[in-house]
Amino acid sequence: MNRMRIKGLIRKESYEILRDPSSIAIAFVLPLVLLLIFGYGVSLDARSIHVAEVVDQPTHLTGSFLAELQGSPWFRPTLYPDYPSAEQALLHGKAEAILWLRSDFSRIALGRGSATIHLTVNGVDANQAHIVQNYIGGTWQAWLQQQASLQGKPFAVPVVADVRVWFNPELTSRDYLIPGLIAIIMTLIGALLTALVVAREWERGTMEGIMVTPVAKTEILLGKLVPYFVMGMGGMIMSTAMAVFLFQVPLRGSFLVLFGTAALFLLTALGMGLAISVLARSQFVAAMVAIVTTFLPAFILSGFLFDIRSMPPVIQILTHIVAARYFVAMLQTTFLAGNTWSVLLPNALGMAILCAVFLGLSVLRFRKRLD
Amino acid sequence: MRAILQRVFALTVKELLALLRDPASRAVLIGPPIIQLLVFGYAATFDLKHVPFVVYNQDQGQTSRELVARFSGAPSFDLLRPVHNQEELKQAIEDKSALMAMNIGPTFSADLERGRTAHIQLILDGRDSNTAALAMGYAQSIITRFNEAQNKQHGMKPPPAVLLDRAWFNPNLDSRWFIVPGICGILTLLISMLTTGLSVAREREMGTFDQLLVTPMSPMEILVGKSLPGFLVGIAEGSLIIFMAIFWFHVPFTGSFMGLYIGLLCFLVSSVGIGLMISSLAVTQQQGLLGVFLFLVPAIVLSGFATPIANMPVAVQYITLLDPLRYFLIILRGSFLQGGGTALFWPQYWPLLMIGLLTMSVAGSLFRKRLA
Repeated sequence: MNRMRIKGLIRKESYEILRDPSSIAIAFVLPLVLLLIFGYGVSLDARSIHVAEVVDQPTHLTGSFLAELQGSPWFRPTLYPDYPSAEQALLHGKAEAILWLRSDFSRIALGRGSATIHLTVNGVDANQAHIVQNYIGGTWQAWLQQQASLQGKPFAVPVVADVRVWFNPELTSRDYLIPGLIAIIMTLIGALLTALVVAREWERGTMEGIMVTPVAKTEILLGKLVPYFVMGMGGMIMSTAMAVFLFQVPLRGSFLVLFGTAALFLLTALGMGLAISVLARSQFVAAMVAIVTTFLPAFILSGFLFDIRSMPPVIQILTHIVAARYFVAMLQTTFLAGNTWSVLLPNALGMAILCAVFLGLSVLRFRKRLD
Repeated sequence: MRAILQRVFALTVKELLALLRDPASRAVLIGPPIIQLLVFGYAATFDLKHVPFVVYNQDQGQTSRELVARFSGAPSFDLLRPVHNQEELKQAIEDKSALMAMNIGPTFSADLERGRTAHIQLILDGRDSNTAALAMGYAQSIITRFNEAQNKQHGMKPPPAVLLDRAWFNPNLDSRWFIVPGICGILTLLISMLTTGLSVAREREMGTFDQLLVTPMSPMEILVGKSLPGFLVGIAEGSLIIFMAIFWFHVPFTGSFMGLYIGLLCFLVSSVGIGLMISSLAVTQQQGLLGVFLFLVPAIVLSGFATPIANMPVAVQYITLLDPLRYFLIILRGSFLQGGGTALFWPQYWPLLMIGLLTMSVAGSLFRKRLA
């Protein structure tokens, strides 16, 4: 290793970055645009659920149930004259659920038995359907309680669960999505920055020029890594600032821990890009590999949106080669819980192993030879 | 006319060769979409299985054990271990070994026996808010059923009304039925980006695009020749993926193939158009790659693939109108689950064609202008 040679290579790479502003765009514009879109666009909090109501025989009892629904901020109920017209509304997506109180509702409810509230949800979006069912279930429970207290009888609920959600008591989906998003965006930045840099030199023939110089291959790779690392960290700092100041996500852990994990992750992501670039040798193939291997695996397999524990065991094992998996867990913990070392250390270890594999692969497969 | 067809055909063949001749690019084009459908199809599920939970049961009675048994017996919950103090419970949540902790107080059984409401505490890890919210819903419904059983056992009057829910189109609310058609759409988009997103940029960087421009081919012919390979590969791989969804993942297909394939064609027109537009805006492949991601990522996130468009702010909902994947997902899900046909999908077809027309003409006009 020769410091002067590395310095020279870094300078050369920096010039190249400045000449084609697209790398600067990758580091700063990409996270800006994506965080804005994601931050405002992605939300799992259902709101204004359109509910079609059908009441065969309106009484003051059915009225009290509908009032409970009307009073909830989650629903936007619309009354339909009969069941078939409500079915049509569900079919055409004008309503997400139908609530049907049949003509015998009040008679049975006021008598000895239990009347039935028929709830039909559109099951195409199963997740949303579950949420709608849960919300309506909650409204129904609240109504039962209200009815019981109106009649002066204690409401017979044997067991009540007092639910506490730690770290995110309001279950604001933004607070947990944004840290996850940073992980995904950083995956993209890391790989995009370096995926083409080595392949580009092969394709343009400039690699041959470097080969005749005395620089070692680790020096070449280091010269490629350092400038992009600096840029990537800049993008990371910007994303964190946006999360904290724009989206008001609480940062309960220390900034230093966040910075350290981000540095380790960025090195892993850049290492992955570098490995792609070294292995592919042509920019076209490198770009295709980068498109296929970065975003979707990070989006689906990192546990950011889909719970890893619910996946089949084979897929769970597979998620261990997705660097974003470790980073998502670490970011969510650092932001929402604090410096919990029992979560941070095992994940850091997993990431470090991946990082070593990617960088090792790049060094091993990078040949200072033409054929 | 014959000469035009001949020229377009020649360019199409050349483009297909450029894509498929190189073993590495052929492998990337064919292998990963199929592997990804398999992996993501199994991975992407909102159905909770095996939520690990711990129990701190301070109660000695039989009833609390029954309640715990209801949870550990449910398919969505796995009892990790009983814990013996508050500190252990806190630890289990903090180090993420448990998603939920159940704290049953010492007077639980006694309260129930005296006819008083017994309270239990459920603690959830909010770092995974979506999973926590789902687990909360599952837990509440287990408790509701437990309460019903308790009331019946003690001869209480049943509640005045019960809620009976059922779901259309997907009776068991299997989220895979929703996600797998979505993945089909995403992968089709990915393939058309792979085939077209860099094709012009690459030639420009290598200088061969200038040569193409001095041939007798008109920009229109170049455009057609450049987009046909995207179509052919898109239709072939899209069909493969759709058939895998039907025969491998057993997602019911209730609609018409006619409706779906018209949708696939319209979708390819728009996605190939966008790919070519990105590609002709870019001067280097690096820029093309950046453009592909700047389109692909928002297109997937805003399509309603995982998070409903209705939950987005109104302004963002308007942006989604520009997203071709949004329309294709409606067609896919409609064809798979809702039994939809051509008639139902008209509102999706024409926006796709409009996007395609617009982006193709931008791409075509950029061919020449970018030369200077």
